[in-house]
Amino acid sequence: MAASPAKNTSAPEAGTRVLTGDHFMLGDHACAEGAIAAGLDFFGGYPITPSTEIAERVARRLPALGGKFVQMEDELGSIAAIIGASAAGARSFTATSGPGFSLMMENIGLAAMMELPCVIADVQRASPSTGLPTMVGQSDILQARWGSHGDYGIIAYCPASPQECFDLTVRAFNDADRYRVPVFILMDEIVGHMTERVRIPEPEDLHLIGRKGPRHAPDAEPFLSFAPDEDMIPPIAHAGEGYRVHMTGLTHDERGYPAMTAEVHNSLVNRLVDKIRLNADDIAMYEEVDTEDADTIVVAFGCTARSARHAVAQARDEGLKCGLLRPITVWPFPETRIREIIEVGNVKRFIVPEVNLGQLRREIERLTHLPVKRLNHAGGAMPSPDEILELIRT
Amino acid sequence: MSATEQTIQPAANIHPIDRLLRADRLPHILCAGCGIGTVIHGYANSIAASGIDENNHVCVSGIGCSGRAAGYVNVDSYHTTHGRALPFALGIAVHKPELNVTVISGDGDLTAIGGNHFIHAARRNVNLNVICINNFNYGMTGGQVGPTTPIGAKGTTAPFGAVERPFNLPYLAKATGAIFVARWTILHVREFHEALVRSMQKPGFCFIEILAPCPTSFGKSNKIGDGLHEVEIYRERCQVQNGAPHLNDFDIDLLDESKPIVVGNFVDVERDAFME
Amino acid sequence: MNSAATNYQVRFGGVGGQGIVLVARLLGIAASLFDGKEAVCTQSYGPEARGGAAKADVVISDDAVDYPFVTEADALAVLFQDAYTKFRPQMRPGGTLIVDADLVRLSDEETNAIVIPAIKIAEGLGSKIVANIVMLGCLVGSTGIVSRESVEEAIRSTVKEHVLDLDLKALDAGIKFAQGEAAA
Repeated sequence: MAASPAKNTSAPEAGTRVLTGDHFMLGDHACAEGAIAAGLDFFGGYPITPSTEIAERVARRLPALGGKFVQMEDELGSIAAIIGASAAGARSFTATSGPGFSLMMENIGLAAMMELPCVIADVQRASPSTGLPTMVGQSDILQARWGSHGDYGIIAYCPASPQECFDLTVRAFNDADRYRVPVFILMDEIVGHMTERVRIPEPEDLHLIGRKGPRHAPDAEPFLSFAPDEDMIPPIAHAGEGYRVHMTGLTHDERGYPAMTAEVHNSLVNRLVDKIRLNADDIAMYEEVDTEDADTIVVAFGCTARSARHAVAQARDEGLKCGLLRPITVWPFPETRIREIIEVGNVKRFIVPEVNLGQLRREIERLTHLPVKRLNHAGGAMPSPDEILELIRT
Repeated sequence: MSATEQTIQPAANIHPIDRLLRADRLPHILCAGCGIGTVIHGYANSIAASGIDENNHVCVSGIGCSGRAAGYVNVDSYHTTHGRALPFALGIAVHKPELNVTVISGDGDLTAIGGNHFIHAARRNVNLNVICINNFNYGMTGGQVGPTTPIGAKGTTAPFGAVERPFNLPYLAKATGAIFVARWTILHVREFHEALVRSMQKPGFCFIEILAPCPTSFGKSNKIGDGLHEVEIYRERCQVQNGAPHLNDFDIDLLDESKPIVVGNFVDVERDAFME
Repeated sequence: MNSAATNYQVRFGGVGGQGIVLVARLLGIAASLFDGKEAVCTQSYGPEARGGAAKADVVISDDAVDYPFVTEADALAVLFQDAYTKFRPQMRPGGTLIVDADLVRLSDEETNAIVIPAIKIAEGLGSKIVANIVMLGCLVGSTGIVSRESVEEAIRSTVKEHVLDLDLKALDAGIKFAQGEAAA
């Protein structure tokens, strides 16, 4: 690989937001650097294995950049604080793992309802409950989608490498702002605790977007915080900008005022879901390897995709028609692409290895009557390449 | 639906603080005799008197009757989830230190479900003005007992009388680090107003407990006939002790006629505010 | 597990505080940032990283490393008896075994180990804290998995100024020991 400016310094210069260059970096640190590069203003978090290195990195880096790091009293406070900071215009972020993610669920619904952008990294560990704190899990997938009560849209990325921990966290901040939703970085312990080369681009190559603000001055006319444009996303005004906004977790009208009727509720909640659902093809990301003629497609995400990629390559060496489809966003799930692949007709079966007892498999089973083979580990270890290869062969 | 269609046209004589209330949302949902309206009015008056740009005032509330207060004040206002008004407000105050953030909360919201946030926000000395409207019960959900209900008082979840010792909130606030601590009642409109303006001008965690009647729930279950009756109790039994050093002795028992209700500005000290 | 042709798996075994994570990291930096290769580091977490036998692994390859874990170490460098006992069975037959002369007693069946007095060498250089770097030097010198220059660059770009000279001397001592072993 051509050597670009390699810094890889363990104590990065204070005051440099984007550490352009090549680094040999922990996945958790790469996630933190992605957030910082994306313009992070406010971090509120509570230490929890295996995500703590994200908070530690932010604590070391953010103050010198003018941002605020607060170690909160618990995860209930962490999520509330980042939503509050977002209401005041901050690009805000927290990092946690399964138990903390569970505690955040109520206010994730508040962020969805108030349409306040925020980014939450969940470094998954073996669960349920305290489980195996230092060992891998991928079992928060459905919680990420459905964990708060009610219907709402969210976006969730699953990085498979420290490089993606950086890249996808930058994307997550853009998506949060564009769609006014909470966005999750669903990492896992293996990816979070893995050190690998991370190439951080020049600041101008990050392509940061901002939030869509009001189009009139505060005094010109009343500002409607929840009047959507054609793209279903309302412009946002922040605390202190003079627009005198009101936001509530109650069902509300376009002014943000409580409107306690079934009609308003139905319309509001449908929009909260549709702004992601109808944009799913723009948001969804996936990677494909050798799927074109494949009769067997392995669908794997996060750390497990690394085992799967290896197994698929070996199977190809053995002459087996096999491919890999790696959802990079698990939510929205790249179902349009999977439907297309099924439609073409080459694929005869799917294999879904994952570090849970079948959470992503349900998504495939929902889309097809073809056989879907499972390869599950409840947590603590991921399926190995040999185990996946064995399934491909049989 | 447009914003203007539902707007009630104001009368020709506009009240001096009309601009600080969301008049288009009136009439409010609060019961006759409830004390919360007095607090909202006091908050609006304090904003006007604070000398701070009105656009820089922010109101955050949680859940319950007092949580609805944020919906009636015409500043940037956020009606959040049960117990979480304080950390939400912390996010705003820390990100934009130029904003003057007031939390309007109830006794259950602030000190039961939100109790952990309360002690830590006070410990950190976050720059917030925190008003606890204490009506001794959960009013919106129909009169359940809470952490300030006097022993023996009845509620729907304590039909034979509350058995737990209630919080003495000013004592708690002082112990955990608040730099300004007061207790008043809705009878003490002027004193409350002055305490709140003082809080707005003071960087750090300022706490004001304000006793307020809840005739519909607490009053009905405890032989306090209406709002006026409870205000009479305040008038008869309140003793003003500004700067009182022995906060631990100032538990409130609304139902014990022999006990005074000590009110006043108890604490006013200086300590560096969080992140300033 | 990974294609044997291109993957090279290194494990450092020790006890918390010996700096095995740092040397694994230095090896990874040398390979992936200065030698044009791909490398992944993983390590022990939790109580075992503080008290018992801890490990820090590096997988190095010419191509992308998919499976990040060591399954059969091509090289094992050990600074702690329990780590030797625990990790020796996971070494590839014929792989390179390096142990500290004073901290590890080899089993009777062991025939082909490099036994280096890393702690003593480090003490001779001024501080036993660089025993980990002596081990790294020995590993690089005996396996050639990365170039000496790349490891030096990795050290220069990573360690603090006041220990740089000592670290480079420790690396040199380790490499020289390995070369002496090879010559012997």
